[in-house]
Amino acid sequence: MSGPPPSRGTSDPQKEPSMLRQKEMIGAHYHKLATAPETGAKSAYTFVPGNLTELLLSFDVLPVLPEINALQSAMRGKSAEYIAKAEKLGQSEDVCTYVKCDYGMMKSGNVGPTGERLPTPDLLLLSYTGCFTFMKWFELLRQEYGAPTVMLHVPYQGDGVATREMRDYVVKQLKRVVIPALEKTSGRKYDEDKLKEHLARSAKAEEDLVAVFESAKHRPSPIDAYFGGVYYIGPIFSAFRGTQDAIEYYQLLRGEIEERMRLGLGPVTPEGPIERERYRLVVEGPPNWTSFREFWRMFSDEGAVVVNSTYTKVGGVYEDGFRHDPARPLESLAEYCLGCYTNLNLPTRAAKIVKYIRDYSADGFLIHSVKSCDSFSAGQLTILRDVESKCGKPGAFIESDLVDPRYFSASNVKNRLESDLQMIEQQRKAEPASCAP
Amino acid sequence: MSAIEPLVARAEELAYDLDLAHVRAWKAAAPRRLAIGYLPVWAPRELFWACGALPVAILGGGDRLEIIKGDACFQSYVCHLPRSVVELGLSGRLDALDGMVFPSICDVIRNLSGMWRMLFPKKFARYLDLPQNFDPELGGAFFAGELRRLRDDLIKLGARPPSDDDLRRAVALYDENRKLHDALFALRRAQPWNAPTSEVYVLVRAGAVLPPDEHSELLRAYLAAAEAEPRPPRDNARVAVVGAFCEQPPLDLIKTLEQAGCYVVHDDFVLGARFIKGTIGPLAAGEDPLDGIARAFLEKSMAHASVWTARGGKGDELVETVQRCGAEGVLFASPSFCDPALLDQPMLQRALDRAHVPHTNFKYSENSGQFQGIREQAGTFADAIKLWSEA
Ligand code: SF4
Ligand code: SF4
Repeated sequence: MSGPPPSRGTSDPQKEPSMLRQKEMIGAHYHKLATAPETGAKSAYTFVPGNLTELLLSFDVLPVLPEINALQSAMRGKSAEYIAKAEKLGQSEDVCTYVKCDYGMMKSGNVGPTGERLPTPDLLLLSYTGCFTFMKWFELLRQEYGAPTVMLHVPYQGDGVATREMRDYVVKQLKRVVIPALEKTSGRKYDEDKLKEHLARSAKAEEDLVAVFESAKHRPSPIDAYFGGVYYIGPIFSAFRGTQDAIEYYQLLRGEIEERMRLGLGPVTPEGPIERERYRLVVEGPPNWTSFREFWRMFSDEGAVVVNSTYTKVGGVYEDGFRHDPARPLESLAEYCLGCYTNLNLPTRAAKIVKYIRDYSADGFLIHSVKSCDSFSAGQLTILRDVESKCGKPGAFIESDLVDPRYFSASNVKNRLESDLQMIEQQRKAEPASCAP
Repeated sequence: MSAIEPLVARAEELAYDLDLAHVRAWKAAAPRRLAIGYLPVWAPRELFWACGALPVAILGGGDRLEIIKGDACFQSYVCHLPRSVVELGLSGRLDALDGMVFPSICDVIRNLSGMWRMLFPKKFARYLDLPQNFDPELGGAFFAGELRRLRDDLIKLGARPPSDDDLRRAVALYDENRKLHDALFALRRAQPWNAPTSEVYVLVRAGAVLPPDEHSELLRAYLAAAEAEPRPPRDNARVAVVGAFCEQPPLDLIKTLEQAGCYVVHDDFVLGARFIKGTIGPLAAGEDPLDGIARAFLEKSMAHASVWTARGGKGDELVETVQRCGAEGVLFASPSFCDPALLDQPMLQRALDRAHVPHTNFKYSENSGQFQGIREQAGTFADAIKLWSEA
């Protein structure tokens, strides 16, 4: 898109201390995993939505998140090879590429993102929250590893509410299925006091995470809540919720962002800071990981900043006040599972996007629809029309995939983004629209 | 004149009653009648019927519906069924329904439940979470609670509050219907030439729009006619068809398999009517019938892609079914982009490999019109099976 001078500075990207800290944390975690066979540490494979990290940590069980491994493989340029391997082994080209990427990685030696080998699971903890494919994925891993497997069935918020019965059902499963399985895996008794300590730490970090995301209400936004946001959620959505590391990371991050806000600075991108915020967008859907930097650059080149996104809520929705609560340990874990973004029904998801657009003064929104993911993608065209009609803001619909590079067409993505931005320009010339409640 | 032909013709007309003419007629015949649509695979039809509501299975438009608006609601990488269901809704063909129930089978149908609320805000739409935990005190209690909530919602919608007796009668009616399904499948297993799957399919699917007793009558009549009019056997290969439990294959595809030399002796088409193996009843004296339905789901539901394999190994039940029905091979027929079927397939194939059961696979869409490739594949597979069995 042609237009005013570049919106982004050309200086070399500075690695913020929080980024370095996160890198260290992740490196240390993967090292612990790699050395688990020697140290005797136990590991449980589980999923990001509805993860029970505090509970695992209370048993000193290390979490392994196959989705994170899949996206990391894509960012390292390995996913095409892994997916090809999985398809050769009989997986259909039509199904979720996270599964195939993980499966292909496993069949290629299970070497994780830091180049070290991942341990075989001592437990497969299927937190069945917000995605049907999770069930198939762990049936496959169970067939491969023969590891003990527990299913935690988290009911879907089909009517837009998490009922008391749903919560009680999840709590009962935690007590009677998940905790006994963890006791068996770890050889330790359930220690509720320890769990409470972890939950108290979670709540602290969650407070700072919310403040980080809310900083995007400021103009200019000091963060990109999608492309940058996926880094911010890294620790809390994975192995670190409930740890002192997470508390310190989010304090550091919040401090940096508040400082950027005070100085009136925009987000930092891999190519440098955005010096002029021209468009404020809300994004629905996961990113493309194989061309992540290129995808981000298309936005930052135009001065388009994402001020809120739904993807950064897949591992927990904290903006409405939910915090893990040491006073109600298992109940709050259950409520957490029930509240993850992909466990919300479509009208609730659409209403959230409308609210983001309004609360974050967005100029428009964009749906990134990924081929892999029925959980996110089925129904997104209805969301698009609903949000447009309620907000009068232009919406773009971009299609690619998560980790399969065959489905990322840079020119298509760019064209769609540009036409969305053009529509925003046209609308600016006309009467400003506001979102209906 | 053969008695079979008119029965099959009537069944076909009912099976593809996309305008729900029979549902309208049934509702008009008495006051306060409701009709509740439900998506694949399974819904508590006994509860609907006990409330005075006709359960109507919504199985998509197949190759008999032009999609005008439905395509605009879904990306190219979503299966076809939801497009035709949305088309049916937007074109007014489902207006006879007072509500829709969306059982938890996959994320497409799950999200369709939310779309339905957005597209048809005045219509009752309910997502029904089926239990994935099979402990009666956990998944069972939760599911019975869900059934009670559904009952209460139906009453709010204007349905008759069902008494225990109403529910018991409904369970008995559907149990009778299940037994007749079992008899039909037993006939097909024993003499597939006397109950070809192209006929069995429409007979079973006719139940989508019929009250249980009328459907049972139709099945009974067919069983009697099939027995009275034996047909000559052919030298076909016996196969099981697996993967087509939601989006239905076009009838011509089923006929193509038969023409290619296959006797389909087991399939998972229109699965709702036989999702519970055997019967729900007899209910124990004093047992709340809704608890009985929930219990039956926990104890008797079949191994299925949409249900967590809590018991036994993945594919064990398929191997057992293949052996029981004397199938010599398995045809995996999955709708394109159907995650449940396609993700299950390699795991099931592995179980078949262990049991030395040959298999092949193809994909289809409910509106496919070209079957040449499938005919050749199925024909080659049938020939190979016959060769192996002769060797
Ligand atoms: S379908 Fe979507 S949510 Fe589920 S595993 Fe795949 S990418 Fe994740
Ligand atoms: S065909 Fe498969 S993916 Fe599509 S709605 Fe049915 S079960 Fe879901």
